[in-house]
Amino acid sequence: MADEPATPMNRRALFRMIGAVAGSAVMYQAMSELGHAGESGYSGPIELQGDAKGTSVLILGAGMAGMSAAYELRKAGYRVQILEYNDRPGGRNWSLYGGDSYTELGGFTQKAQFADGLYFNPGPWRIPHHHLALLHYCKLLKVALEPFTQVNYAAYVHAAGAFGGKPKRYREVQADFNGHVAELLAKAANQGQLDDPVSREDKEILLEAMRDWGALDQNYEYKKGLLASERRGWISDAGGGLTSVPTPSDPMAMRDLLDSRLWSAINAGHIYEFQSVIFQPVGGMGMIGKAFGRELGNIIRYNAKVTEIRQDAHGVTVAYQDTHRGGPVQTATAQWCICTIPASILGQIALQVGAPMKNAIDALYYDAAIKVGLQFKRRFWEQDESIYGGITFTDLPNALIGYPSTRYFDDGPGVLLGAYTFGANAFQITAMSPEERVRQSVEWGAQIHPQYTSEFQHGVAVAWHRVPWVLGCAGHWTDELRARHYDNLCAIDGRIVLAGEHASRIPAWQEGALLSSLDAIRRLHQRVLSGGRAA
Amino acid sequence: MKSHRLIALTALLTTALVSARIAAAQEIYAGKFPQRTGEELFQNLCQGCHMPDAQGAAGAGAYPALAANPRLAAAVYPILVVLRGQRAMPPFAESLDDEQVANVVNYVRTHFGNHYKDQITPEAVKTHR
Repeated sequence: MADEPATPMNRRALFRMIGAVAGSAVMYQAMSELGHAGESGYSGPIELQGDAKGTSVLILGAGMAGMSAAYELRKAGYRVQILEYNDRPGGRNWSLYGGDSYTELGGFTQKAQFADGLYFNPGPWRIPHHHLALLHYCKLLKVALEPFTQVNYAAYVHAAGAFGGKPKRYREVQADFNGHVAELLAKAANQGQLDDPVSREDKEILLEAMRDWGALDQNYEYKKGLLASERRGWISDAGGGLTSVPTPSDPMAMRDLLDSRLWSAINAGHIYEFQSVIFQPVGGMGMIGKAFGRELGNIIRYNAKVTEIRQDAHGVTVAYQDTHRGGPVQTATAQWCICTIPASILGQIALQVGAPMKNAIDALYYDAAIKVGLQFKRRFWEQDESIYGGITFTDLPNALIGYPSTRYFDDGPGVLLGAYTFGANAFQITAMSPEERVRQSVEWGAQIHPQYTSEFQHGVAVAWHRVPWVLGCAGHWTDELRARHYDNLCAIDGRIVLAGEHASRIPAWQEGALLSSLDAIRRLHQRVLSGGRAA
Repeated sequence: MKSHRLIALTALLTTALVSARIAAAQEIYAGKFPQRTGEELFQNLCQGCHMPDAQGAAGAGAYPALAANPRLAAAVYPILVVLRGQRAMPPFAESLDDEQVANVVNYVRTHFGNHYKDQITPEAVKTHR
C-alpha cells in the first residue's frame, strides 16, 4: 500500500515479490477478493444415513443444485419432485447446438445453425481438476470428459494500442517479461543492492535461479539469441539437412513491454481455478445437465413457472403455471422445500420466509456477462496459426477468444468463443441486438485474426441479463454483503432452504452450486431425522 | 544510497502490485461507461434490461417498464435506484458520474410517455451518493 512505510526486504519478502512479479499473486488476490478462488470443500460422496420414511421434498429448479439434491434425497428414501421453468434440465449448465432455438427477454429469438457436432457453451465451459463434487457427478452419470486447454503458448495477447495493434504470442510476452524482470533482479543483486536482505550464499542461488527462470546468458542478460528464442520462439525454426539454420527472434524492449500492459494478460493460468489440468465434457458442458435429467426422468416437471411459495407448520405449498399449456394455477405440496431459484428471480416471487432470508435475497443482484459463439468455415487458427485450444486475451470489448479444445485437425467448420465479457463492456453489449453483438464480435476478432472476415459463417450471442430465468450470470457478493446476509441466506427458514451457486463461497461455479446443495440436504436430513419439525 | 535504491525498487513493485490488483478486481466486474448523453446511456446501458422501447420484459422474473411509469414522478426515486441498485438491478454509483446519472434520469423522465418537467442537475445527484 502506498501509505505503508517502505522497509528493507527480508528474504521471504523478496521471494514473495519475485513470485508476485513472476505470476500469480496479483491476479489471485484480486480473484480471491471477488470470491472466485475458493477451494472446493467436497468431502466425498454424501451419505444420508437413517430412515427418511418417505418424507416429501419439493425442489425448485433443475440446475446442478436442484438435480443433485433430488438425486441424493431419492437415494436416501425421500419422495422428491422438481419444478423447472425451462423445457430442459441443466439451468446455466447449457450448450447450444445446431437446430436449437433461444429466445431472450424482449422476444429476440436466435436459431443456432452450428454444424453437426459443434456447440457453444453460453454458461460454464471448464471444470477445474479440484472441483471434486462436479467431477464425482460426471463420473457417476458417465459424462465423458476431455482436457480443456486454458494456457496456450501459441495463442495471442493483444492490446489495440500496443505494437501497432499487432498481437503477440503468449510465449513471447511470457518469455520477455520473465527475462527482463530476471535481468533486473540479477543486476540489483550483482550491484550489491540486495545485500541487506539476501545473504552472500543466497545471492548466488538467487542469481542461478534468475538465469534459469529468465533464460539469461552468462552475463545475466536477457537478449536475442538461442537462450531467449528457446522460450519466445524463432523467426524461422531449425530444420533438417541444408536448410537447418534457425533464426532467433528479437525480444521486445522492456519499456515497450511494460507500456503495452500485455503482461497483465499472461497470469490467468496461475489462478487456482485455471491451473492445468482442466476438463470439459465431450460434446458440450450441457452434457452434464442432460445426463442428470435422464437419470431423474419424470421427477422433473418442465415448463413450470413458480409464482408463490408458502409454508406452515406441516409443509410447503408452491403455486406454479404451465408456461406451455397455460391453464389455471396449479399447486405442488411437500413437507420440505429446497429452492434453487436464483435470488434475482426469487426476490420477485411471493415467498413466505422471515425477514433475514428475504433481506438476503433482496441484497443480491446478478452480474452482467456476455458470451458469443462464432462458427467459421474452417479452423484457420489451427491451420494458419498453430493454435490448438487455449485462449487469446485482448483489451478490445470482446475480452477474449476461446479456441475449441476438441476435434483438433477437423477439416470442417469450427466454433470458437468470440467474446466473454463482464462489467461495463458486458452491459453495453447486452444493450445491443443479438445480431449486433455477433457483428461486433466478428469485427473485434478480425483485428486479431484477419481470416474472420472471409471465414465467418454464423454466430449466437447470449447476454446473461437477458436470460429470462436468471437475469444475470451469477450472484454478486462483496465481503460486506457476505458478512451481513450470507448465513441468513443459507439457514433453513421453517421448511424452506435455499441452494445454488449464490448460496456458496464459490460463486458462479457449478462446484459452488453442488456444494451448496449437499450442505443444504445434509442439514435438512438432520432436521428430518430429529423429528421432522421445522425450527 | 544502496538502501535508497532498494526502497525505491520495493516501493515501485509494491505500488505496481497494489494498482494491478485493484485494476484486476475492477476490470472484471466494473468499468466506466464512455457515453455522455441521456439517450446514448439509455441505448448502451438501460435498454439491455428495460428494452429499447422501455417497456420492460417478463420471463421467470421481470424487468419493469420505464415507459409511462408513475414511479418516476419524484426524481429522487430513479436517482437512488440508478446509484444504489434495487434487488435484481445493479448499482451504478461506481461506473457513472453525477452528470451521466442526471442525463440518463432526465432522458428517461422526458421520453417513453414520461413528461416530467423538472430537470435534475449533477449537483442534485451528488447529494444522494
